[in-house]
Amino acid sequence: MTTDSIKDRSASEIEARRPKIELPTSPHEINSAPSPAPVIEENTVTCLEAKDFSSWYGSFQALHDIELTVPSRQVTAFIGPSGCGKSTLLRWFNRMNDTIPTAHASGTLNLHGTDILPARFDVVDLRRRVGMVFQKPNPFPKSIFDNIAYGPRLHRRYSRSDLAELVEQSLRQAAIWEEVKDRLHQSALGLSGGQQQRLCIARAIAVGPEVLLMDEPCSALDPRSTSAIEELIRELRNQYTIVIVTHNMQQAARVSDQTAFFFEGRLIERDKTERIFTNPSQTETEDYVSGRFG
Amino acid sequence: MNPANRTDLGTLVELGTPRRQSRRRLLDRTFLIACILVTTIGVLLLGVLLTSILIQGLPGLSWDFILQYTSRDPSLAGIRAPLLGSIWVGGICAIVALPIGVATAVYLEEFASKNRITSFIRLNISNLAGVPSIVYGILGLTLFVRMFGLFGSAQAPAFEIGGDVYAIYYDTNGEAIRYPVSARDEIPEVATGDVGYVEEVEQAANGDLIFTNRWMPVSLTVIPEGEEATPAIGALEAWSVEEPADFEVVRPWYYLQFPFGQSVLAGGLTLMLVVLPIVIISSQEALRSVPMSLRTGSLAIGATRWQTTSKVTLPAAIPMIMTGAILAMSRAIGEAAPILVLGVALFITDVPSTVMDDFTVLPMQIYNWTNRWQEEFRNLAATGIIVLLATLLLFNAVAVLIRQKLQRPLQ
Repeated sequence: MTTDSIKDRSASEIEARRPKIELPTSPHEINSAPSPAPVIEENTVTCLEAKDFSSWYGSFQALHDIELTVPSRQVTAFIGPSGCGKSTLLRWFNRMNDTIPTAHASGTLNLHGTDILPARFDVVDLRRRVGMVFQKPNPFPKSIFDNIAYGPRLHRRYSRSDLAELVEQSLRQAAIWEEVKDRLHQSALGLSGGQQQRLCIARAIAVGPEVLLMDEPCSALDPRSTSAIEELIRELRNQYTIVIVTHNMQQAARVSDQTAFFFEGRLIERDKTERIFTNPSQTETEDYVSGRFG
Repeated sequence: MNPANRTDLGTLVELGTPRRQSRRRLLDRTFLIACILVTTIGVLLLGVLLTSILIQGLPGLSWDFILQYTSRDPSLAGIRAPLLGSIWVGGICAIVALPIGVATAVYLEEFASKNRITSFIRLNISNLAGVPSIVYGILGLTLFVRMFGLFGSAQAPAFEIGGDVYAIYYDTNGEAIRYPVSARDEIPEVATGDVGYVEEVEQAANGDLIFTNRWMPVSLTVIPEGEEATPAIGALEAWSVEEPADFEVVRPWYYLQFPFGQSVLAGGLTLMLVVLPIVIISSQEALRSVPMSLRTGSLAIGATRWQTTSKVTLPAAIPMIMTGAILAMSRAIGEAAPILVLGVALFITDVPSTVMDDFTVLPMQIYNWTNRWQEEFRNLAATGIIVLLATLLLFNAVAVLIRQKLQRPLQ
């Protein structure tokens, strides 16, 4: 998917995808988990794939021989105790670990069958195709409009009207348009934490990625904002492959189709979310999801 | 006491005797009073300094003082040349030091890998910031004023760009005739005689200058130095060898010579050496204060490192960089020692119009006036200090304005 494809979407399609978020009105509703996401059983296309993948920080091995596939257009949750390597793996999917000088890896990481690990692989293009949302919202100290327009402008020139269109659609997709449409040229730093995080999701969407990596996107947010983000993740599942790292097992259960459990740098189990939380095949998984350790 | 036996936290937390408590409070109050005292001393000293300067210098402050050149007569002396010299030198210093300093800081903070060489460079930049400015003066003297003597002297530079050299001849009416020549050492020395009113000067193919008057062309041979003049065939009979021809160098705005000599450019670059480490260090601090999450946020949507630096990191750091630049420029404007070492002329009665012109700066002029025996000159020095402080404030105000202008879109 390129940036053009966002533009080309017909108006009706946009209308259909217009956020239908109904924010819970009472604290009661927040706690009631929505019905589990339907799991697409068949016809899944592999988007990301780790084969015999290991990773180190200096001499410390953070990941051991990971074998994992991430299906296209589904939500995959990575769960596990702190330091289990789930964020490390996430950061390898768009090579953000390149910014850590001591980080290195072996094995293969495929994006649609192409190994993304070789040094000559174009990381700039990779990161456009594989967007990332961070734990702490990190909007640029610019206006809301410029935050969204920043990414597209990096890659090519836009006419003023095309850019405005793209910004609007990105904000609509991230379910924040209605809240910010009257203050597009005010600083993004004036938004609340939850709004900032949705802005960051809109910013990632604006460059037309295929994959969205989310590294504990709700851990710095209040329950209300968390529920808005979770709703958004479910909305976005139809267009993007989403990988979410979370410490919140209820969240994993609520939003994901697949769940992968990591422990001490190893992938213990990966299965449909339903099965991980009801009938896991490994005892470590069961212990973890039932809260016996971790 | 064996720590293993401590089970109750209460036995560990001792509140101390009432006497100890009151001693603690006394110490707290004493420290506060000491802090206030020290601050007051600083403010008082500044107040005394400013008051004494204002009392001594304010009577002499007038537009005439600012607009006039210096003079041997204290009542006529003004500060125009050093004031404009300081602005020129400060401007050149800022234009050169800021881009180089910020670029160095960007490289060290954003691009350079952290290894032994870069940490060695970092350490040494910090050391350079502590080097006395007079040392930079000596460096500037060698590097810019003399250029290691590689290009001859400043009076006879080996390399010039844009300087039009004219030989000047005087006809019998005493009127000057400018004749363009290619370089200073090719100025023809001519024998002139009873040529009369010269209307036109041309150079023949053999190098002779042909002076024409209204009756007839007269050929005058260029005489190499030290030789006797001989009349050319067909020329007039009466001859005399005049003084070697004068020359004049007309300098367009882009005039440049190597070596720079005691010029505005040499002064500005020398001050650049003084402030560069300060600019680099403050810019590094500014870049370091930009949260890492902004960089990762930018990289994660496919920005290159340069795009991230130029569009996110630098704009976020600019306000702090400008603060550092203000301090650096204040230092540059106030420096006398490095300029003194360059050996600039003190009695300047002209304003620089190109970067190759002579100059003097405010601290130099003030220093010079304080050294005179007349009381009037010492009062002038105080007035000069007022002008210097005002100039510093002006520079700072401009920098603050720039900072606010750059900051506004971020807020």
